[in-house]
Amino acid sequence: MKYAFFPGCVSRGGCPELYPSVVNVCERIGIELEVMEGAACTGAGVLQEKNQRLGDSLNARTFAMAEAMGLPIMTICSTCQGTMSQAHKRLADDPAYMAEINEILAEEGLEYKGEVVVKHLLWILVEDVGLETLKKHVTNPLVGLKMAPFYGCYIIRPTGALGFEEHPEREDSLERVIEALGAEVVEFAGKTRCCGFPILTINERNSVAMVANHTLDAKGLGADAMVTPCPLCHLNLDGFQPKAAAQSRTTIDLPILHLPQVVGLAMGMDPKAMGLNKHIISTKKLLSRVAVSA
Amino acid sequence: MEVTLNVKRFDPESKEQGSHFQEYNLEVEDHSTVLDALVKVREEVDGTLALRCSCRASICGSCSMRVNGHAKLVCKTKLRDVIQHDHKVLVEPMNNMPVVKDLVADMKPFWDKVRAIQPWLQPDGAAPEREYIAPNATMLHLTGVMSCIMCGACVSDCTALEVDKNFLGPAALAKAYRFLGDPRDDAGNNRLKMYGESGGIWDCTRCMECVQVCPKGVAPMERIMSLRDQAIQAGFNNNNGARHTESFSELVKHSGRLDELRLPIKTFGMFNFPALIGLLPVGLRALRRGKMPPIIHKSIPGAEKVRRIFEKVEGKK
Ligand code: SF4
Ligand code: SF4
Repeated sequence: MKYAFFPGCVSRGGCPELYPSVVNVCERIGIELEVMEGAACTGAGVLQEKNQRLGDSLNARTFAMAEAMGLPIMTICSTCQGTMSQAHKRLADDPAYMAEINEILAEEGLEYKGEVVVKHLLWILVEDVGLETLKKHVTNPLVGLKMAPFYGCYIIRPTGALGFEEHPEREDSLERVIEALGAEVVEFAGKTRCCGFPILTINERNSVAMVANHTLDAKGLGADAMVTPCPLCHLNLDGFQPKAAAQSRTTIDLPILHLPQVVGLAMGMDPKAMGLNKHIISTKKLLSRVAVSA
Repeated sequence: MEVTLNVKRFDPESKEQGSHFQEYNLEVEDHSTVLDALVKVREEVDGTLALRCSCRASICGSCSMRVNGHAKLVCKTKLRDVIQHDHKVLVEPMNNMPVVKDLVADMKPFWDKVRAIQPWLQPDGAAPEREYIAPNATMLHLTGVMSCIMCGACVSDCTALEVDKNFLGPAALAKAYRFLGDPRDDAGNNRLKMYGESGGIWDCTRCMECVQVCPKGVAPMERIMSLRDQAIQAGFNNNNGARHTESFSELVKHSGRLDELRLPIKTFGMFNFPALIGLLPVGLRALRRGKMPPIIHKSIPGAEKVRRIFEKVEGKK
């Protein structure tokens, strides 16, 4: 099992704890990674609002690089995944458009043939590794912990671009992974909603209100932590949770974990190696409840 | 097929406060829609259940409600596609609007917002002798957005509206795009200025709920993104939203990847001290935890190739 690893900007920027967590967890499970150092930002939907062709060109370039490597792409961010999936669909649906984009890539000697597979680590765990195999790696089942899933918009909408028809299991993949790790899933309506990050610098009050709504909902339903496959959601839900608490005049203190951190904990990996001490909302209390027996 | 409808009930005239859920067990055909089942309940089981429907063919837009938490036209929704393992289906009225009774939502806020974007043509100059003429080709790009049936599904599930009732919302902004794009309209600049104000195009979170739930493929969010681009092109870029888009693009162009440390500064403008200081506590906390983005931003290898793509595509635009 080998992938062309697309780390995205945030896993080495605003969420530096994500990158090593992914690398460590993948090594343990036997997922081989070849980092795509020269791949550009996906545009995260922002570039696309200005110029979709530009965003699609950058993503087609990344697809062509992976094709040349002969590997499927692994993403670790809901937004990267969604943005790439949408570009992938637009190119696949319109051969003439793809030819135009390829003309742009030709200068660099690249050509996208339309065959690349792009998968988030979350989907890889469910579809390629398999939940049964994943369970075999679990040495530290997270028994007694209640975890609220939080997907991030781009990995669940629009379903047409994300292959939900061929892969219906993607719809509740995060819940299934949480269960496989021995934790209990907290069902809450906010799991598929927006974290507010995209409007953080535009309308902070609204953005932070979303953080408050979701974290308070999950907490009210008994969640010990929230798990997300999206580092942008993490930036908002974790980084701006103190502001969310202040804005709604309450305390929240709900640790927000990256997906690979939770997987790592269940495999008995060192919390520090996964940067669990780098969160804004302390994970200390939570970690004291995870018996490390690796 | 056996189904249990779990329906959210609310009666404004009842002495009991608030809403409650009521379950109805019934036998339905395999091909039945959620609306078929609800009508069956009303006609055969419980005449007090209030719902709204008319054409039963996804034309009139009357029967939007939330099924298992997501807005749908129930006449277009087959039970077999939404039934859960325990045979249950959750049915609630639309969100983001007051409830009149049971499954009937009050669409007044919806219409108020559509009205607010001025959904009528505003041509300049003297009226022509006969009708205003728009060549076919100039209207074609509007056919998608004109298929909106005003059902309210997108507004029900909009995440920005959930936290801010002032937001114009997806349906009204899709309508705004339609009038802005009409060749007979001459109020373009006024419109763009108005749509860019607080509660307008820049408050959309890009969550794609509206794209997902729209039964007519209107894709309101994509229209909003186009309005953003048109606003920037027309020079309405002195706001955080426009600055965010522009600086994001510039940063990626420069180094191939995003520079999160520089993005907030560029968005607010170097001299907007109150906004920058507002970000400070978060930044300082992040610094203490060792999670700040690297101060020296590294470009990706081959960043000049990315820059070339920008030049090529943007030059073409
Ligand atoms: S994409 Fe924007 S308009 Fe559409 S539902 Fe989300 S916030 Fe509302
Ligand atoms: S845009 Fe779509 S979901 Fe929104 S009101 Fe129109 S038809 Fe309904």
